[in-house]
Amino acid sequence: MKRGLDFTSVVIGLLMFALLWQILAWAVHRPIVPSPVQVLPLFVSLLSKELGLHLLASMARVLVAIGLSVVAAVPIGLGLALMPGIDRIFRPLIAILYPLPQIVFLPIIYVLMGISDISKIFLIALIIFFQILVVVRDEAANLHPELILSVRSLGAGRRALFRYVYFPASLPAVLTAVRISIGTAIAVLFIVEQSLTNYGLGYYIVVETYQVLLYPEMYAGILAMGLLGLALYFITYSIELRVNKHLFNLEN
Amino acid sequence: MMIEVDNLSFAYSRQSKIFENFSWHVRKSEAWSIIGPSGCGKTTLLYLLAGLYEPNEGVIRIAGSTLKRPRPQTGLILQDHGLLPWATVRENARLGLKIRGFYGPDGRHAPSDAFIDTSAGNKIVDYWLKRLGINQLKDKYPSQLSGGQRQRTAISRSLMLDPDLLLLDEPFSALDAPTREDLEKLVSDLHIETGLTIIIVTHSIEESVLMGNKILALKAGTNHTPHIIENVLACRPDYRGSPDFHARCEELRSLLGRSA
Repeated sequence: MKRGLDFTSVVIGLLMFALLWQILAWAVHRPIVPSPVQVLPLFVSLLSKELGLHLLASMARVLVAIGLSVVAAVPIGLGLALMPGIDRIFRPLIAILYPLPQIVFLPIIYVLMGISDISKIFLIALIIFFQILVVVRDEAANLHPELILSVRSLGAGRRALFRYVYFPASLPAVLTAVRISIGTAIAVLFIVEQSLTNYGLGYYIVVETYQVLLYPEMYAGILAMGLLGLALYFITYSIELRVNKHLFNLEN
Repeated sequence: MMIEVDNLSFAYSRQSKIFENFSWHVRKSEAWSIIGPSGCGKTTLLYLLAGLYEPNEGVIRIAGSTLKRPRPQTGLILQDHGLLPWATVRENARLGLKIRGFYGPDGRHAPSDAFIDTSAGNKIVDYWLKRLGINQLKDKYPSQLSGGQRQRTAISRSLMLDPDLLLLDEPFSALDAPTREDLEKLVSDLHIETGLTIIIVTHSIEESVLMGNKILALKAGTNHTPHIIENVLACRPDYRGSPDFHARCEELRSLLGRSA
């Protein structure tokens, strides 16, 4: 049984993180590890300036990528679960493509799709796509045959089965897949934003601050990117808790 | 005639035939039990009647029309109640009505004369939840219920669709004895009150004698002719435990050649 994460433990975690950071800053005592006391006020003041724009650009890319991958992967995953013949044909291909580090396709995608936001978003979406595809397919294929038979006996054809059984059955798995892909998605975002754009946290951290030795500003960028990942993770998690009420409501 | 099975043949792919040239008729408002050893085709026959499987040969007609797909006026209750784990008792009970609303009265997924608006639907749901004694559980999830409560939810879900035929596949065999007796009585009462045609598949001799005005005994291997036992006293409230009941159970037991 999963346990809900409460607000206090998040706060305690953040405080412990800040403390560890401060200790590290004292111990290293070089410009590359500035103290949080210096970085946090800087972060807040930069957020209303250009850092805010970089954060918005990164957030937009990752959200659009998540949206696109969900919209593409859920119907295809459900389709594969409902059509075992087609699933058998594509299963080996998906088994190969799914664990592949899709980031290595970066240059090919740039050449084929052009150097634009579309190619960056496509690469992030590609990575999340396979995670969702596989869990949706397996979740829907593992539903009890008796459940399907009794819902069919209530009059449900294929469309109603989608709407009332397959979709709600795979929604928790979709959310879990999105949540655990967020780390990878942000990592890929960091890589694709380092070049061929003027906006995004990856660009801000590497080009605008790191390469010109503005370490405290670089830390503000790192903090923004970390918080973006953390926020997306916990937002997805709280939606999961809402959707999975039947799993968390057992005591009352 | 409620059910006409004519010259039915059926086999699972690459297996020997379970039914060959099998004919069997059920009149309206009869209550039948189907009994036999495991693998004899009890459940297969029920799924064929539900329109979930198609005969290899022969015809099944329900209420006069040839069965091609699940029929909206047939209710099906399985041992594994088939409730949605993420939906509450009330949402589960309402599922059949929701599916009807989803398609509209198209005559295929829902009877063409069955239009139910939301407030009428709410009344129907409330009535059946109360009638089956599960109204106080309406906000619980299936995982919070006992086996008997889950089966009551599944039964209410079927009855809300106003069926004329109720098919039950070993519905009570996973339940403890008192719960089982309660539910057997509930289904018998419904049958007597409403004249609902009932077909119950069971592996329990007592249950088959208790629930079936007529008992269809199937055998392992290929079934050609139905073996039918008349049992007029079934569904009476005081039948269980009476000398007649025990005598009929003994008779059936020796007929089936079992000592269990």
